Parts: sequence; C-alpha cells; structure tokens
Amino acid sequence: MHIKITATILLFFSSLVVSATGLAVEISQAAMLANSCAGCHGTYGKSPGAIPAINGKSASFIVESLKDFQSGARPSTVMGRHANGYSDQEIQLIAEFFSKH
Amino acid sequence: MNTYDRRRFIKLLGGSGMMLASFNPLTVFAQSNNPSARVIIVGGGFGGATCAKYLNMFDPGLSVTLIEPSKRFTSCPFSNAVLSGMRDLDSISYGYHAHVKRGINVVHDKVTQIDAAAKKITLGNGEKLSYDRLVLSPGIDFRWEDVEGMNASDMELIPHAWQGGPQTTLLRDQLVAMKDGGTFIIAPPENPFRCPPGPYERVSLIAHYLQQHKPNSKILILDAKEKFSKQPLFMQGWEKLYPGMIEWVSGDTGGRIDHVDVKNKTIHSESGDKHQAEVINFIPPQKAGLIAHTAGLTNSDGWCPVNQRTFESEVHSDIHVIGDASIAGKMPKSGFAANSQGKVCAAAIVSAVHGTKMPEPSYVNTCYSLVSPDYGISVAAVYRFSDDKGIYKVEGSGGVSPKEADANFRKQEARYAKGWYDSITSDSFG
Ligand SMILES: Cc1cc2nc3c(=O)[nH]c(=O)nc-3n(C[C@H](O)[C@H](O)[C@H](O)COP(=O)(O)OP(=O)(O)OC[C@H]3O[C@@H](n4cnc5c(N)ncnc54)[C@H](O)[C@@H]3O)c2cc1C
Ligand code: HEC
Repeated sequence: MHIKITATILLFFSSLVVSATGLAVEISQAAMLANSCAGCHGTYGKSPGAIPAINGKSASFIVESLKDFQSGARPSTVMGRHANGYSDQEIQLIAEFFSKH
Repeated sequence: MNTYDRRRFIKLLGGSGMMLASFNPLTVFAQSNNPSARVIIVGGGFGGATCAKYLNMFDPGLSVTLIEPSKRFTSCPFSNAVLSGMRDLDSISYGYHAHVKRGINVVHDKVTQIDAAAKKITLGNGEKLSYDRLVLSPGIDFRWEDVEGMNASDMELIPHAWQGGPQTTLLRDQLVAMKDGGTFIIAPPENPFRCPPGPYERVSLIAHYLQQHKPNSKILILDAKEKFSKQPLFMQGWEKLYPGMIEWVSGDTGGRIDHVDVKNKTIHSESGDKHQAEVINFIPPQKAGLIAHTAGLTNSDGWCPVNQRTFESEVHSDIHVIGDASIAGKMPKSGFAANSQGKVCAAAIVSAVHGTKMPEPSYVNTCYSLVSPDYGISVAAVYRFSDDKGIYKVEGSGGVSPKEADANFRKQEARYAKGWYDSITSDSFG
C-alpha cells in the first residue's frame, strides 16, 4: 500500500522512557491520483477484465503511454480523454505508484 | 486508545519534540489492541462499499462498520442488459464476503435514525451504535409527492426499474409478455437524476431485444427534458441500428407529463396528448435516499449539500454524504462517480482521524453506454476541487466518444464497457 506510515515514539518529560506508540497514517498524493484509475483498471491496477492491467508495469512505460495518449501518438478509445486530466508531474507520481504494485 | 485519546495524542505529537523511526508496520498493528476511531457507513452500494474498502486499505486499524439491508447488492449498471436478455440478474449481484474478509464489520439491517448530536445511529432492530465519523451513501428515493395520478405502490404495475433487483425483473417480464407490434413508453425525469445516459441506453438495448423478437414494435420516449446525455451519439446509433423504431419527444414538444392513468396504462402529456402503451417505464423525479431526509441532511431541492473536498455535510459535522445523494459539483450521479467519491471521502476521514495532511482530491467519471451489444459509446471527465468552484472538470480532459468513428471503434468501446464493469465491481465489492 502506498501510504506513508510514520511510527512515532513520544518522549514524556525528560526521561527516555517510551510511554506510547502510535501510528500516523498519511495518504500520499500519488495514491490519491492512482486510486482514480482503479475504477477502470482494477484496485492497484490489477484489472480482472478486458481493460489492460497496469500493476507492476515500469514507471517509464506508464509515463510514455500516458504522454503518447495525450498527444495522440498512441491512438486510444478513452485514455486520451483521461490522460489529458493530469500534469507531467502527476503522471510521474502515478507511474511510480503502479510500478510498485 | 479511544478516539479522544488518539486525537489528543496526535495533538501532542504536533507540539512536542518527536522522533521518527521506521519499522515493519505489521508488527505495530499486531501489538496494538487499542480500540480505534469508529467509522460507520450507511449503504453498501457503489459509494458505501468502496468507501468501506478504502478506509480499511488506508488504515487497517480503523473500526469500520458497513450497514446494508441486502445480503446481496443488485447493480443498476448493466441492468439494461438484463432487460434485453443479454445477462441475468445473478450476474450483476454482489455479496460482501470480501469486506468481511478484510475485517470490515458488515451488518445487514436498515438505519432508521441518526442522532447527530449524540453521534449515534439506530438500526431497524432497535439497537444503537456510536460513531466517530458517519458516511451516508443511501442512493436515491423518488419524489412520488410530485407525481400526479401515481404513488409508490403503482410501481408494481408501472415499474421504474431505477433501483436494482425486483423492479428490473418486473420490467423484463413485461417486455417478454408484450406482443409484437406493441408500444413501449419510457418517461425519463428532469435533471438532476441518477445516471443521465441510463434511460437512453435502456431504450437502445430494449430496441435491440424488440428488433430480434418483436420487430414491429415501437418505442416512444416522453422526455421531461430538452436534451439528453450523449444525444448526438445515441441518435446516430439509433438511426443506424434501429431505423424507424424509436421516437423521442422533448419536454417542450409534448414530452412533459401531466398525469399517469395507471389503470388504463395511459400517459397524459401537459400538451393534452394521450399515449397508451402495453409497457410503460415511468422513471419518477428523484431526491436523496430517505435516511438523508430523516437525518435532516438535505436542502430544499432534496439533495445533500457537502464540503466537496471532504464530503462532510454542511449541516452536521462528522457526517459525510457521498454518491447520488450528495451535491458533488460538476460530477454526474453515477456508480463510477460514487466509487471515486468513496475513495476521496475515505482519504478525508483517515487524514482527519490521524491529523495528517489530506492529499488534494482527484475525482474521475466515465459513463459507458451500450447502443447494442457490440456498439459502445462513452462520456468521461477528470475533476478537481477549488474553494470557489467546488468540484470542477479539468480543462481539456474528458469529453464524449468521437462522432465519426468506425464500427471497430464502437466495438472496442463495447468491449471496454464490459471491462469497466468487471473492474468497477471488483474495485467496489471485491
Ligand atoms: C438503469 C441504470 C443504469 C446505470 N448504469 C450505470 C453505468 O453504466 N455506470 C455508472 O457509473 N452508473 C450507472 N448507473 C448509476 C448507478 O446505479 C448509481 O449512480 C449508483 O448506484 C450510486 O451509488 P450510491 O452508493 O449513491 O447508491 P446505491 O448504489 O444505490 O447504494 C445505496 C445503498 O444504500 C442502501 N440503503 C439505503 N438506505 C439505507 C438505510 N437507511 N440503511 C442502510 N442502507 C441503506 C441501499 O440498500 C443500497 O444498497 C445506472 C443506474 C441505472 C438506474
Ligand atoms: C474509463 C476507463 C479508464 C480510466 C479511468 C483509465 N483508463 Fe487507462 N486504459 C483504459 C482503456 C480502455 C485502455 C486501452 C486503450 C484505449 O482504448 O483507451 C487503457 C490503457 C491504459 C494504458 C496502456 C496499457 C498497456 O498495456 O498498453 C495505461 C498505461 C493506462 N491505461 C494507464 C491509466 C492510468 C494511469 C489511469 C489513471 C490516471 C487510467 N489509465 C485511467 C481505460 C481507462
């Protein structure tokens, strides 16, 4: 899962005794963006049907595909219309997310 | 740690010097048996099931309870394919085993009351449950109070089939019983309503069925509106595939309905025309699901105003409303939109519970429609949020399928429509 899990140890007073352990979950921008692809490509990109799976594809393949869908260099039925909704920087984040799943 | 302690703990973290250490999170979860924030989700449809799943994926330590009366959810997406005989109802129904397996507490009951001040809900069996955050995704109800000549019980004779399950079966049975040469009338409501292209996909797939089994039959669309979703694409497809079979009457040219004579299966239009038909599919005007009204979460139009970044209600804090029931800026009322909103809402809740920064929301929708089993069209968009615009469409993104496209393109889209359905249902219920 692409969540930054930060384990935090609190030090009470000046003693070095660990008094509590908690987890602060911070959801990354990459996860927010990539989760929106899951409606078509399946959770984490693991498509169960006719739409291609994109989990575990290399980041460079995903970046290149999305940019080619944007420009039309790679023809598509719907991906051009979606790829146009993301900036270069966002595409990079999304690509890294799927390359790790 | 109870919620209060957890909140205080997070506050403390912010103010005091802290050390960061990274170690295997699984170990930590195993060690921690403190009760955590309780999130209750009302409604296990596209919005609620997705939100519950993603809450659990983001933070397995949360206590997530999903409340849904049905053991199996029957989908509206692809129910038009049931009407045309392409699929059966079972193939579009989903249980909650995957949710249970994730550790989500699934309760099969109805929520009858919400006490926003005490942060408690009441179940049909009388039991009360406390929450720290509540999510409502109850879908729609019908504004029968605004329909002349018909009330809720008449849907047994004149089905709406706009909620999944028995109504879909009833309309299918009526179409099967219809004689060749008969007329089928569909009456779509005014905006806003669930699934803007839905009535026109329904017309298409019923035309496909009639063409094969009752080719002398006619379809009449008595519309409350002046235009509809993907209209040029639908009409192009109808001319090509079902020439002469479908007539569309816009609101201003006689489509708007004055009243329905249920006994005689006759629709009286505002313009004074009478239309009798063997099968009538009257789709009533809509509002947010009943429980949203009971809880006082709706505005005068019958829908729920929310902060469109977090989906927290503008009426009661710590209650979020997603899916069809919510007012979600430029997003249509669709299953895909509800799924997308479920994820954004889950991220908002997890970030709030932990006192961490919520990522900037990104939302998406695509409505695929089948004009025939091998002829698909779509409308898509990517959405973002800003304080002044609410949820808006990213400029340059989205749009409809090209008007000039060959048969192979339409066939590809039909294939991807089914692929989308497999993905969205596994993303929501799997
Ligand atoms: C014919 C048709 C075709 C469609 N096709 C598509 C399509 O192709 N693509 C698409 O994206 N969308 C489509 N839709 C739209 C889609 O069905 C809805 O937008 C979607 O279901 C909305 O999700 P939701 O979570 O808001 O509501 P729902 O999915 O309706 O879920 C609401 C759930 O809440 C439960 N509930 C209600 N009240 C309570 C209560 N008091 N206590 C507990 N539980 C409660 C209900 O039992 C229900 O299970 C279609 C709709 C129709 C009618
Ligand atoms: C509406 C459904 C839909 C959505 C949403 C969607 N995709 Fe796609 N994707 C498709 C389809 C369909 C294809 C096949 C190409 C085409 O016809 O558009 C595809 C193809 C791809 C491919 C090429 C795969 C390959 O093996 O060649 C990549 C990469 C991709 N999508 C990434 C994404 C990313 C990243 C997102 C989210 C930002 C996304 N998609 C959102 C439907 C979708």
